[in-house]
Amino acid sequence: MLKFVKNHMDSIAGIEIYPIISLLIFFIFFVVLFWWVVTAKKDYINTVSNIPLDNNQNHTEL
Amino acid sequence: MEVQQFYYDNKIVKNFLYATMLWGVVGMLVGLLLAFMFLFPNLTDGISWLSFGRLRPLHTNAVIFAFVGNAIFAGVYYSTQRLLKARMYSDLLSKINFWGWQLIIVGAAITLPLGFSTSKEYAELEWPFDIAIALIWVVFGANLIGTMIKRRQRHLYVAIWFYIATFVTVAVLHIFNSLELPVSFTGMKSYSVYAGVQDALVQWWYGHNAVAFFLTTPFLGLMYYFVPKAANRPVYSYRLSIVHFWSLIFIYIWAGPHHLLYTALPEWAQNLGVAFSVMLLMPSWGGMINGLLTLRGAWDKVRTDPVLKFMVVAITGYGMATFEGPMLSLKNVNAIGHFTDWIIAHVHVGALAWNGFLTFGMIYWLVPRLFKTKLFSLGLANFHFWIGTLGIIMYALPMYVAGFTQASMWKQFNPDGTLVYGNFLETVTEIMPMYWMRAIGGTLYLTGMLVLVYNIIVTIKNGSKVTDELAEAAALQNVSKSRVGGEGWHTWLERKPIKLTIYATIAILIGGIVQIVPTIMVKSNIPTISSVKPYTPLELEGRDIYIREGCVGCHSQMVRPFRSEVERYGDYSKAGEFVYDHPFLWGSKRTGPDLHRIGGKYSDNWHFNHMYDPQSTSSGSIMPSYKWMILNELDKSSTEAKMEVMVTLGVPYTEEEIANAQQHMLDQGTQIEKNLYADPDFASTYEADKAAGGEDFVEMRNREIVAIIAYLQRLGTDINVADLEE
Repeated sequence: MLKFVKNHMDSIAGIEIYPIISLLIFFIFFVVLFWWVVTAKKDYINTVSNIPLDNNQNHTEL
Repeated sequence: MEVQQFYYDNKIVKNFLYATMLWGVVGMLVGLLLAFMFLFPNLTDGISWLSFGRLRPLHTNAVIFAFVGNAIFAGVYYSTQRLLKARMYSDLLSKINFWGWQLIIVGAAITLPLGFSTSKEYAELEWPFDIAIALIWVVFGANLIGTMIKRRQRHLYVAIWFYIATFVTVAVLHIFNSLELPVSFTGMKSYSVYAGVQDALVQWWYGHNAVAFFLTTPFLGLMYYFVPKAANRPVYSYRLSIVHFWSLIFIYIWAGPHHLLYTALPEWAQNLGVAFSVMLLMPSWGGMINGLLTLRGAWDKVRTDPVLKFMVVAITGYGMATFEGPMLSLKNVNAIGHFTDWIIAHVHVGALAWNGFLTFGMIYWLVPRLFKTKLFSLGLANFHFWIGTLGIIMYALPMYVAGFTQASMWKQFNPDGTLVYGNFLETVTEIMPMYWMRAIGGTLYLTGMLVLVYNIIVTIKNGSKVTDELAEAAALQNVSKSRVGGEGWHTWLERKPIKLTIYATIAILIGGIVQIVPTIMVKSNIPTISSVKPYTPLELEGRDIYIREGCVGCHSQMVRPFRSEVERYGDYSKAGEFVYDHPFLWGSKRTGPDLHRIGGKYSDNWHFNHMYDPQSTSSGSIMPSYKWMILNELDKSSTEAKMEVMVTLGVPYTEEEIANAQQHMLDQGTQIEKNLYADPDFASTYEADKAAGGEDFVEMRNREIVAIIAYLQRLGTDINVADLEE
C-alpha cells in the first residue's frame, strides 16, 4: 500500500526509519496515555468529573 | 482566600438559542422543499434561485453552520463559563461572534440561491465569505482561550478539550480547503488553487472532518457537560473520556479518503483512509458508551424527563452513525453505498438524531433555567420527542431501501452481458415510493421542530427576563511547587490551556500532512495524459455555469472501475484527466447518471431540448428544467480574467489563446448554433423569435445554453482512442 510513496521518497537518506518513528510516536503516546489514565488517583478523577455538577468546590488546591 | 463575585453572560446564550431555533426551521424547511422536488421536479419551474441545484447547498449549509453552528455556540458559551467559573473573556468578542455569524448566514442565504458557489461540498460559500468565516472563527477562538486564561477553575474539564480541538481543527480545515484565487476583487467568482485529484483529496479531508470537528467534537463536549447536568450525576468514566478525546482526534483526521474509494485517488491514500476509518469505531463507541452509561442508575428518569429522552436517542443515533461509517468505509460495502441514497440516510441519522436531538434536549434543559420558569408543556415536549423519532425512522429506513435497490439495479447484468436496467431512469422510478416516504418522514420531523418553537415561545412568555447570573469563586492562586509535587503529566497538561491547544493541533496535523503532502508533491501519483488539454474559453464558461447551477449535487463525474459502470457510462475515470479541473467536480451523489463520459453521446439538440424540458427527452425524469440557461445571455466579460487566473494556477493557456478568447467563443458558439439547426422545430421557433426579437435580440451563439452544451460535449472526450490515433 505504501509502494507509491516509497518509490518517490527513497531518495531521502534513511527514509525507512520514518514510518517506524511514526508508529512509535503513536504507540508510545497511547501507552503513556493509558498508563496515566489507569494510574490516576481516584480522588482526582472524582473531583474533576464533578466539575459540571457545580457543587461549589473550588479545585484550586489540586 | 478571597472569593470573587462575577456574572455569567446569559444573554449571549439566549441570543444563540434564538438563532438556533430560527435557522433550524429555515434549514429544515428548505430540506423539505428539496424532498418534495424529487416528487414534483418542476415545483419551482423557471425560478432559477429556487432550483434544486442551488437550494441543496443552502440546505446543507443552513443545517450544518446555521442550525448546528448556533447550537454549538449556545452550548459552548453556557458551559464554558460555568466549567471555568468565569464570564466570557470579552463581551465585545461574544457580540462580534454572534452578529458576525448571523450576517454570514444571511449572506449565504442570499448568495447561494443566486448561484455564487464554489461547488465544494459544505464549503460552497465564495471567497469573501470564506474570509469572513475565518475572522469570526478566530474571534470565537480568542474569546474561548481568553476565558481559559482568566478562569477560576484550575482543571480544564474534558468538554473544554473538545471545544479547543473544535476551534483549532475547524480553523485549519477551513483555511486549507478554501485556498482559492478570486477572478477579480470586485466579483464573487474564484477558483480553487488545487486541481482534480488533489482538490478532491483536500475537499474530502475537509468534508469528512467538518463532520468530525463541527458536528461531532463540539457535540461530544456538549454531551460531556449537558448529559451529566440533566442526569445530575458525573460522567460514567472520566478516565474513558480522556482516552476517548485523544484517540478520536488522532484518528478522525485520517479518515477523509474513504469518501473517494474506487475513484482516481491514488490507492495508497484510499487504503490509509479505510484503515483509519475502521479504527475510528473504537473511540466513537467509547464515547457513546460513556454517554449512555452516565445514566446508570438514572434510567427511571428517562421515562419521565423529555430532556433525557432526547439525549438518549441522540447518543444512540451517534452510535448507529459511527458504526455505519466504518462499515461504509470498507471498499466492498462502499461499492454498494457510494453515490446512492444510503449515504443520505447515513448523514441524516447523524444530523437528525445526534445533532438535532442533542440540540433539542439542550434547548428544553436550558430555556427554563435561563428564563427562571418551568417548561410550558411536558406533554408537547413528549409529543415532539415521539414525532421526531418517528420522523427519523420514516426518513432513514426508506433511504436505506432506496440505496440498496438502486445500487443492485445499477449492477444487474443479463446473461448476454448487457445491463438489465440500461436506462438509468428505470432505477430512479423504482425508488419513487421511497422518496415519498422520505418526504413524509421529513414532514414529521419538521412538525416536531415547530412544536418545540411553540412550546419554547410560550415558556419564554411565562418566564422572566434573562439576566446575567451572579456566581462566586476564589481566584486561582499561583501554583506552588509543593502543590504540583507528584502530579502526572496529563494532570499538568490539563492545567495548561495553551499547551493543550498546541498538542491537540499537532495531533490533528499529522494525519493531514501524511495524506495531502505526498499527493500534492509527488507528481507520479497523478500520471499525466498527453492528450488531455485545457478547456476552450467557451467550455470554461460552460463549466462555470455547471458550477453555478449546482449540477454536481445530482451528477457525478467519476466512472469507477466496475464492469457495471464501464458498461453503462464508458471507460473508467483516470487521475490524469482532471489536471485542469479547478475545482474538481466528481460529485458524491447520483440522483441522475454520471456525466464524465457524456461528451459526444448525444446531439447538441438533445442537450438543448433536455435542458428546456427534461421530461420531453427522458420520460419520467426528475430533473428540473433549466429554461433560463436557454434565454440568458452568456456573460463573457471576465473570460480573459478567468483564463489569467487559470494560468496562475498552472493551466497552460498561451497569451495568444487568451487574446483570442472572444473570437474563439464566438466561433465555437456559432458552430453549436449551426448544429442546433439540424432540428427543424428549433429552426422554425428560433427564426420566429429572431424575427420578433428586435434590436435587443440575443443570438443563440451568445447564450448560456451554448456554453453548457460546449462543456458537456467536451466532458471525458480527451482520451478517446480514435482521437489518439490520429
